[in-house]
Amino acid sequence: MLTRRIIPCLDVKDNRVVKGVNFLNLRDAGDPVELGARYSDEGADELVFLDITATIRLRKTIVELVEKVAENVFIPFTVGGGIQTVEQMDELLRSGAEKVSVNTAAVANPDLLAEAAQRFGNQCVVLAIDARRSKDRPGKWQVCIKAGSEPTDIDVVEWAIRGEELGAGEILLTSMDADGTKAGYDNELNKAVTDAVNIPVIASGGAGTLEHLYDAIVDGGADAVLMASITHFENYTIMQMKEYLRDRGIPMNL
Amino acid sequence: MIVVIDYNVGNVKSVCNAFKHIGCESKLSKEAGTIENASGIVLPGVAAFGYAINALGPLAELIREFALNGKPLLGICVGYQMLFESSSEYGRHKGLGLVSGNVGPIPPGRVIPHMGWNLVELPEDMDLFAGLGNQKHFYFAHSFCADVKDAGAKIAYTDYGFELAASIQKANIYGTQFHPEKSGKAGLKILQNFYDICKRGAP
Repeated sequence: MLTRRIIPCLDVKDNRVVKGVNFLNLRDAGDPVELGARYSDEGADELVFLDITATIRLRKTIVELVEKVAENVFIPFTVGGGIQTVEQMDELLRSGAEKVSVNTAAVANPDLLAEAAQRFGNQCVVLAIDARRSKDRPGKWQVCIKAGSEPTDIDVVEWAIRGEELGAGEILLTSMDADGTKAGYDNELNKAVTDAVNIPVIASGGAGTLEHLYDAIVDGGADAVLMASITHFENYTIMQMKEYLRDRGIPMNL
Repeated sequence: MIVVIDYNVGNVKSVCNAFKHIGCESKLSKEAGTIENASGIVLPGVAAFGYAINALGPLAELIREFALNGKPLLGICVGYQMLFESSSEYGRHKGLGLVSGNVGPIPPGRVIPHMGWNLVELPEDMDLFAGLGNQKHFYFAHSFCADVKDAGAKIAYTDYGFELAASIQKANIYGTQFHPEKSGKAGLKILQNFYDICKRGAP
């Protein structure tokens, strides 16, 4: 049986891992290669590296970092942040990333998803969605772009469905409202999206306790759970998370 | 020397990194002379099938001959799928035809792609799994899968609501649908086993 995945997320800014609250107030969390290798050794199922400065400063994506990580980490990892073209994706995949994630560029040019899927296969193409609860439309979420700084009128559930149709092989769904708060994932959001699509969904934003992980999988229907604050600052080890979930009946790779 | 086929698709370097990590020498190459003289070759691949087989171009025939000469060949992911006769991913494409069977979409009714770590039952008589016990988790990421029709192929399965062929061995031809280079310690052991197979010559 396919196991549920534990995915530490490394937000990288100027070659350091950082972590904020609601995308702001960043705190240093260490060296990305060292931290990635440590999580891999500790039993993480996968890693996500997000270059969080790339979009805003139009900085080139983190090819060198990907190469270094790939020399030291032998589990899959996804890279995202500022990717705009299929050529950039190709460079990252060839440098050792297993998957690439796109957000802003896919909103600007949805065909990018289709083009990437036909070239790399859809399993390589992750659609990252930064979701914020809509103030005007209760029970709805709006897609935000440019590292969360710019809200759009696009509905998150509709965009997820469209992304799947275009060729995305996975959705990395981040609740901006919950991000960094450690108050739990937004499982209404997770459920709305996992019910609407047939591709795997990674729940992101809000993990604070082991129970939160369980809730995202059981109530939110998430195929994988992503976390940052609670692993970087060593509240819980990967093993503690996996054992807890396994003991509550969730299939885990242990 | 193991040669990893360099053909302009993703993850070729990851396979070399993994060999290097376990102290096994490998070389990334697309040169006919280098490939012909290899002790074994790895055909990796993160790509759509059609893109991959086109990118392989004339190397396809070279790899076929290498395998038909009895030397060890390991196909990974789309490299594994290319061992078969054909695939229906984004169109209709011919494969290397080294193993009977075809590649088609994973049957609907489950989350697709099949993405993540799944438990593979490891038959005792498959060389790649030496020293790994009866079952292990490996990392999968694919939307298409092989329907293996070859009576001469041994098959290891994983359960994804149906029996999914996770790995095959047909004499000197090996393949894994999952990614050993991204499957942690168990995956590295598979690459070590393939290295050992190449060192002692094909079975």
